[in-house]
Amino acid sequence: MDISHIPQTLPRFSATFDPHTLAEIRRAAATGIYDIRGGGTKRHLPHFDDLLFLGASMSRYPLEGYREKCATDVWLGTRFAKKPIHLKIPITIAGMSFGSLSAQAKEALGRGATLAGTSTTTGDGGMTPEERGQSQVLVYQYLPSRYGMNPDDIRKADAIEIVIGQGAKPGGGGMLLGQKISDRVAEMRTLPKGIDQRSACRHPDWTGPDDLEIKIGELREITDWEKPIYIKVGATRPYYDVALAVKSGADVVVLDGMQGGTAATQEVFIEHVGIPILAAIRPAVQALQDLGMHRKVQLIVSGGIRNGADVAKALALGADAVSIGTAALVALGDNNPAFEEDYHKLGTTTGAYDDWHEGKDPAGITTQDPVLAARLDPVEAGRRLANYLAVLTLEAQTIARACGKSHLHNLEPEDLVALTIEAAAMARVPLAGTSWVPGTTSF
Amino acid sequence: MISVDLATTAKRELNQALHDLADDTPKTRWQVLNPQGQHALVAGLDAPISVDILGHAGYYCAGMNQQASVTIHGNVGVGVAENMMSGRVHVKGDASQAAGATAHGGLLVIEGDASARCGISMKGVDIVVKGSIGPMSAFMAQSGNLVVLGDAGDALGDSIYEAGLFVRGEVKSLGADCIEKELRPEHKATLRRLLDAAGVGPEISVEEFRRYGSGRTLYNFHVDNAAAY
Repeated sequence: MDISHIPQTLPRFSATFDPHTLAEIRRAAATGIYDIRGGGTKRHLPHFDDLLFLGASMSRYPLEGYREKCATDVWLGTRFAKKPIHLKIPITIAGMSFGSLSAQAKEALGRGATLAGTSTTTGDGGMTPEERGQSQVLVYQYLPSRYGMNPDDIRKADAIEIVIGQGAKPGGGGMLLGQKISDRVAEMRTLPKGIDQRSACRHPDWTGPDDLEIKIGELREITDWEKPIYIKVGATRPYYDVALAVKSGADVVVLDGMQGGTAATQEVFIEHVGIPILAAIRPAVQALQDLGMHRKVQLIVSGGIRNGADVAKALALGADAVSIGTAALVALGDNNPAFEEDYHKLGTTTGAYDDWHEGKDPAGITTQDPVLAARLDPVEAGRRLANYLAVLTLEAQTIARACGKSHLHNLEPEDLVALTIEAAAMARVPLAGTSWVPGTTSF
Repeated sequence: MISVDLATTAKRELNQALHDLADDTPKTRWQVLNPQGQHALVAGLDAPISVDILGHAGYYCAGMNQQASVTIHGNVGVGVAENMMSGRVHVKGDASQAAGATAHGGLLVIEGDASARCGISMKGVDIVVKGSIGPMSAFMAQSGNLVVLGDAGDALGDSIYEAGLFVRGEVKSLGADCIEKELRPEHKATLRRLLDAAGVGPEISVEEFRRYGSGRTLYNFHVDNAAAY
């Protein structure tokens, strides 16, 4: 029977078992191991794009864009530290380790941050001379592994950041696979070369906020109460975590949403643990306000900050500063289209490369291969980062002036509306065109 | 001898005075009275001095010590000599959890017992415990030596890297990838040196100890080892 005239059913892919899911099942079946990658979540999430600024009109005066000042500076660590930090812009560089990044990349981050008048941060594995030398303001991360932890370096730092967790993997430790444990990395971490290095998920010598308070007391004694002490947490239960950080004696709380990147962890961890930064800021600010500590204990938020609008929105929701990691790496040259041929050889493409743990980064950033690392010129890359930070700042100022604010910190939730019900509920601002804040007011 | 009475002097004042000492300071002998279990006593020292604490100390006593020789004539709380880089810390009594945690160098001697997680993440320190140690000791221990004259609790040396463990008494259980190893002449020499440094006389023979260390089977992830994690 001739059926050529009968309309055929088109091949239809399952929304549940989509091509990516099918490929992952096949990969898991072939290898018996979970997928590991770098970066942050790639799924679509409620984010700053779901918020809009209202701008000034009849009821508010805007400021002249090229005439009237809109200040951008921020003080961090004013609660207890004898030497709080004063930054020109409220955009800091997040902690990223030497080991996960090349020495050239760490140097470039320091150079860019210094040119822009902001701070950069060490990571798991300790402080390198290149980084300290090029960073005018350097925050020293104090991590569970204590790899490379050295009191001399603590004294050289401008602030100490106690890392409880990070947005990409709250509750998870770190990993640096053997391909990236070069002689220098192994020596700094007191480990054999070439092994898969595991970083603990809990600190070895304290458990819980009561102990942490004593630990912070020790760090303050060792540094003669000079240096600000930050506590960094991955966004999960921000109200309680921020309250406990304040109770523990923090000067600054760093809150990292699930869009924040990591050098390497399980894909399932990145995509399924933690909450978006949009959902975390207001509960964190609420905790500070309830304790009378808003603007006294500073809040730095991170995870998916890409442009000046994101910066302005985070500050409007109550943060004192933001931190960038992934965007800073892109500014240095990560996923640069100039290396498309190399990305293709690695089975990926520009913009999607995330096998940072393998140490084969064509851009010379997430690698310890000296040939690849030499592709990154720290001076030029630092300049690009400084340019990018300047643009973020100018964009945030543009929005703030339009809202009539003479300082970025004067932005407030009342300047914002949301495009979606989800974003309205998370950011606790009205759905655009309504006065409805889901969870707070009735429709 | 400079004597500081913490019944009348603030801890901050004591620590600051000790931090202000230069390498060539003539003020090399100190004693601390009435420590009253305060935390972070003499933490962050970096001078070739000796300090005797006459009484019990709280958490993180002599934390991050460099160069100094600190003797606590009493018990200590959590994290004594944590992240010590060099020098010597001597506890005459017992120690709480995480003694010598993450320490990179120096010698920690504990006359009594040490609680759980003794030598956790140790990175080059030598630790001699004349009594027994609690569970999960030498967890992820990277480098250095842990010598125990008494017994060890559960999961000794779990996920250990290249640290050396020497136990004279019973080991309740070994942690993942920690195995007993041959006690060869070079290990006996190291052990004797550490016993001598800790003031343990020849009446205790190195032959009485058993050596434990990494099986190195977990150094690179393999799915067949997944059950060990």
